[in-house]
Amino acid sequence: MDTAALEERFQARIDADERIEPKDWMPDGYRRALIRQMAQHAHSEIVGMLPEGNWITRAPTLKRKAILMAKVQDEGGHGAYLYGATETLGVTRAALIEELLAGSAKYSSIFNYPTPTWADIGAIGWLVDGAAIMNQIPLCRCSYGPYARAMVRICKEESFHQRQGYDIMLALARGTEAQRRMAQGALDRWWWPALMMFGPPDAESKHSAQSMRWKVKRFTNDELRERFIEFTVPQAEYLGLSIPQGTIDWNEFHEVLRGNGPCNRERLEARRRAHQNGGWVREAALAYAEKHRSGYREAVQ
Amino acid sequence: MSTRGDSGNHGAFVLRLADSNLVLAQRLGEWIGHAPALEEDLGLANTALDLLGQARLLLTYAGALEGRGRDEDALAYLREEGEYLNCALAEQPNGDFGDTLARQFLFDAWQLPLYERLASSRDPQLAAIAARGVKEARYHLRYSSGWVVRLGDGTAESHGRVQGSLERLWPYTAELFDADDIDRAMQVAGIGVDLGAVRVDWEQTVAAVLAEATLARPGDRPWHWYGKRGEHGEHLGHMLAQMQALQRAHPGARW
Amino acid sequence: MTESRDWPLYEVFIRARGGLDHKHVGSLHAVDARMAIEHARDLYTRRQEGISIWVVRSEEIVASDPADADAFFEPARDKVYRHPTFYDIPDEVKTL
Repeated sequence: MDTAALEERFQARIDADERIEPKDWMPDGYRRALIRQMAQHAHSEIVGMLPEGNWITRAPTLKRKAILMAKVQDEGGHGAYLYGATETLGVTRAALIEELLAGSAKYSSIFNYPTPTWADIGAIGWLVDGAAIMNQIPLCRCSYGPYARAMVRICKEESFHQRQGYDIMLALARGTEAQRRMAQGALDRWWWPALMMFGPPDAESKHSAQSMRWKVKRFTNDELRERFIEFTVPQAEYLGLSIPQGTIDWNEFHEVLRGNGPCNRERLEARRRAHQNGGWVREAALAYAEKHRSGYREAVQ
Repeated sequence: MSTRGDSGNHGAFVLRLADSNLVLAQRLGEWIGHAPALEEDLGLANTALDLLGQARLLLTYAGALEGRGRDEDALAYLREEGEYLNCALAEQPNGDFGDTLARQFLFDAWQLPLYERLASSRDPQLAAIAARGVKEARYHLRYSSGWVVRLGDGTAESHGRVQGSLERLWPYTAELFDADDIDRAMQVAGIGVDLGAVRVDWEQTVAAVLAEATLARPGDRPWHWYGKRGEHGEHLGHMLAQMQALQRAHPGARW
Repeated sequence: MTESRDWPLYEVFIRARGGLDHKHVGSLHAVDARMAIEHARDLYTRRQEGISIWVVRSEEIVASDPADADAFFEPARDKVYRHPTFYDIPDEVKTL
């Protein structure tokens, strides 16, 4: 079969809502688009551990500390699921991580914003995870099997993330004057970046149309953004907080993506440091395993 | 300390267990997001969550024994350094991954036989917490001893590093077995355990794992630390300053 | 930065409850079987998802080729007589 016929048959499978599996024939463009999107998603989970990790040691109660640890741990797990799913497309995790550390891979720009107060942890759960869930639920039905399956697991696990964030905001909103100010400040900081998480306006989104056709994306950026606003505004009203007035500054979005956000440098440096400091550990474990290569059973028992 | 009544001893004994778990969980929490491999972020977080869970149960119980209405957070966030009764081993800084895993291994090898015995304590609440803790401690020991072996018997660099970690941490292990008045009173009351017997198990585990790891057992040192009496070095104060910052800055606020 | 060697890839299978098969849940990286089992426990059973774990080196899995799918799986399509619904049995005949 020639490529045109293969592509036609491939698109017919997608249109019939069939799932594509790792060893199936797929157009190069589809493979590349998936690798780009899934790796970006995996990187976002890993970099996303940092702004919240910033508060693990300072969480104001032991219950909040346990919840936050579990949540940041989940994000690491989600990164691992997604790297694993991406590896089914013929790339290695090591190569993807090298790209991230070299600064040549993208991740969600939201994680380049700082978390100066405890309320930022509430706002991240409520707004950032809320926006992420809205983006992610349609991906549970995306055309690539391993990605869809990873997303099912991730969405199931993330269902508590948004609620715990809102729960933090509730406690602050019902708290002292200083706590309410803290909550409003965090909403003001995270509102616009959260809206930017849905990506550029449809008119400017360069990958959207093809991604929709391949069903690796199922709603447009603007559709999801509007739905998010519709859900979130009454939630803010319930907290007695005001949604910032104005419009999205797309210039800021592009600057942050280009590496000029408030914490881009810190985030990448933290990842590089962890990778470099862990080099001797990863090498030692490999060296040990090579010395003691004795099959499965003996090693387990 | 020896002037406390038996109920004071009981409370202090439970607080020692609670604080060691809390302080070590706090240290492990610093790692999340910075581990050598993604899978280790997950593993360290699991251990941290287990220890934090045990700390919360034990603190709540210590508060009840004290009878002054202090809950887990009052005890965790509003006590000063000198009132913290954790073993000094737990508060040692994370250092590199080898330091952290060596610290964890020395701790787990102590906590497991301790909990195994506490599970038949005459204090039913403590026995129940310990029985749950045994399962967790057994996994922690599996995880940490696996890493001590890999690093010890890995590369020349990893061998040298983790041998150094053991040398640095060794002086902090003495107090784990050095029974004082509180330990003895609790043992006599059937609430506590025979630390000498715990030591025998600990020595066996340590000898077996270090042999497999091709590491040498460091020599014992004359200076003994007594974190469990509230006598700490310079690290705990910094940890608490960070951990307690919000509660201290907003007295009485609810979170 | 030097290109570091990653740990080998393992596939993970979890038995959710007694009576169920082990089911593929994903992959992870580990240096040996012991580490793979531990990582699988830490990564894939944080919410009581399983009671038993299998791991296998990804490179050890032998899979059928999608290109063979027609030759492998189509021939079974017309063997309708293998299925119980193929047979018309009068309603009066019970327990068959």
